[in-house]
Amino acid sequence: MEAYTGSGWLLTRLEQLVNWGRKRSPWPLPYGTACCGIEMMCALASGYDMARFGAERPSFSPRQADVLIEAGTITKKMTPILRRIYDQMAEPKWVIAMGACACSGGVFRTYSTLQGIDHVIPVDVYVPGCPPRPEGLLFALLKIMDKIDMEHPLRGEISSLVEGK
Amino acid sequence: MTMDLLKGVSNCLGPLVVASGEFRGDVTVEVPKARIAEVLARLRDDPNLAYDFLVDLFGVDNLDLYEKAAKPKKKTEGEGDAAEEPKPAGPPPPRFEVIYLLLSLSTNRRLHVKVRVPEDDLSVPSVTGLWKAATWPEREVYDMFGIRFPGHPDLRRLLMWDEFPAHPLRKDYPLEGRGEERILRYE
Amino acid sequence: MVNECVVNAGHSTGDYVTINIGPSHPAMHGTLRVIAQTDGETVVKADPEIGYLHRGVEKLGEHLTYHQFIPITDRLNYCSAIANNVSYEMAVEKLMGLEVPEKAQLIRVIMTELARIADHQVLVGILGVDLGAFTPFFYLIIQREEIYEIFEWYNGARLTNTFGRIGGVEADLPDDFDARWRELRPNLFKAIDETDKLLTHNRIWMDRTIGVTAFSPEDALAWGFTGPCLRACGVKRDLRKDEPYGLYDRFTFDVPIGKNGDVFDRYMIRMKEMEESIKIIDQAYAMYQEMAPDAPLMAKVPKVIKPPVGEVYHATEAPNGELGFFIKSDGSDKPYRIKIRPPCYMVYQAFPELVKGEMIADLIACLSSLNVIAGELDR
Repeated sequence: MEAYTGSGWLLTRLEQLVNWGRKRSPWPLPYGTACCGIEMMCALASGYDMARFGAERPSFSPRQADVLIEAGTITKKMTPILRRIYDQMAEPKWVIAMGACACSGGVFRTYSTLQGIDHVIPVDVYVPGCPPRPEGLLFALLKIMDKIDMEHPLRGEISSLVEGK
Repeated sequence: MTMDLLKGVSNCLGPLVVASGEFRGDVTVEVPKARIAEVLARLRDDPNLAYDFLVDLFGVDNLDLYEKAAKPKKKTEGEGDAAEEPKPAGPPPPRFEVIYLLLSLSTNRRLHVKVRVPEDDLSVPSVTGLWKAATWPEREVYDMFGIRFPGHPDLRRLLMWDEFPAHPLRKDYPLEGRGEERILRYE
Repeated sequence: MVNECVVNAGHSTGDYVTINIGPSHPAMHGTLRVIAQTDGETVVKADPEIGYLHRGVEKLGEHLTYHQFIPITDRLNYCSAIANNVSYEMAVEKLMGLEVPEKAQLIRVIMTELARIADHQVLVGILGVDLGAFTPFFYLIIQREEIYEIFEWYNGARLTNTFGRIGGVEADLPDDFDARWRELRPNLFKAIDETDKLLTHNRIWMDRTIGVTAFSPEDALAWGFTGPCLRACGVKRDLRKDEPYGLYDRFTFDVPIGKNGDVFDRYMIRMKEMEESIKIIDQAYAMYQEMAPDAPLMAKVPKVIKPPVGEVYHATEAPNGELGFFIKSDGSDKPYRIKIRPPCYMVYQAFPELVKGEMIADLIACLSSLNVIAGELDR
């Protein structure tokens, strides 16, 4: 690599460059509704320091966020709001369901609790535990990074160019 | 000590006390539902009792207790509600209870005041005029049991959403609900 | 002066702007929602809407046995799960008429006070974050991690501990508690001290908090305030002193009170209470060390808990105020009705009164200082 940088050249596939950029700055939208939110705070704060993985800026606005970290129970009263937040996020977007409640409803199998957020939004990584440790959340973020690596972000654009659309 | 307390309460309320009981040091008195605001005001303003702090108020649905009492012919002996009706004939006992937990800040003594609410007349006079602390608890009892509080300034559902069709803490409502969903709307 | 002109420009036109804050808003702690009517930047009317985390805990309690409900109480006030566990267990013990061994009660006191410190650390840290001071949060959270380590190593869980059993506690304190506590204790003082230096006499902090959403003691009592928010108004009331439960009548500690009931007082009460809690732990641990190593930890409890028919209410002083459990038993192995009296529920219902006439930015500060935890607010 250093041999090329000297002459001002860097050769790579455009897709890989895009993926590299996306992977290294997954800005999270911390959507902590319940107990898991406290553990998410621990993961963001000193000690576990999620910023090491490029999640430097917790983006409380859905428009600027890449990864929705849904930490905590979603009740049926909250469901439309969660869906709307997901719809407001710009593509590409990923979702981490943190904790047993977000994955499946957890212990709260009651009239008012949504039994897993995958009833309303697609989920990329599930983190079980009630609540999971901060390490669990960090691992989920690494999994999101792996997933980003495998994507082909430009495939649609290039094929439409070829077909002349 | 609880005997003193009971005596003081019955001195203060007189014939308004329908029933009274004591369990593990917690004194409960039952009063007629229509006069609950008067009773609580008297308890608050009585200089000896001075129950000047409303800790909480909430509802209880006794449907299962009565059904259980009606089914087996002999029930284990206990005080209070369950063993109260020896004969199944006659009008059914009032289904709901609303319990007010009072506290005296000067003497640190507590008192439970109970009213019974029959199913055909689901209303209890509001006590928000005495303590503002009753605002949300009364809304919650309305939300969870469907008991209305005439005189409440703003009686809406508190915990469930407005269009929710049932009252979840009633005993005939299943734990997992009846499949109610809140509809996604972009208003 | 300048501020006044800007803020009050064009006032009293009757044209109010309605602003919806939450439920997904960085300052609304997850699930709270306030619909505020504003005149310029002044709040005319605020209407909090709750229930976004109503998980049906009370209904669930009617379908679980007495022991199975202990883990559910963890999830009420998740900042200090142990205080909830102990409160619930004491209510059931009162219902059963059990006498808990002294050693178990001492362990409960030590763990509850640690939980109180952790809870107050979250509050002070988050209050700082909401007012723009990020640093104290990091200082406090490092020490909180150490408290969590003690919890984890005793209970096996960091946050939702499921501490204790009905009738006692499940295990003795491990052998190296002494070493851990001796390591943690000075660090806690250091964190409190550092936060104190950063915030208490800070000009910006004082301007943002002193006099903001002040409340009179009469109003606070009428609205059902308990705990630090009531003590901030100048009412000296602490269930640990006034209605001593457990062994709390044996410890000497102060109950700090404030004057105005504003955000600053609520913050100061928490800062002082952390130090008082450390004092209590010191005394409890000294008493614990004098106990025989094989002293019993559990009362005689039947395997299946079937309390007699009856109803009891038992309240303890949780970090937020009076946390009470009302349990009605019909003689079966499941409670007939459980009612939880969460402390912040009563405090939060006075929110429209508190913020009337304040700025929107102060609304955020007020909400943060009340320590409204959605888990116990909505149950």
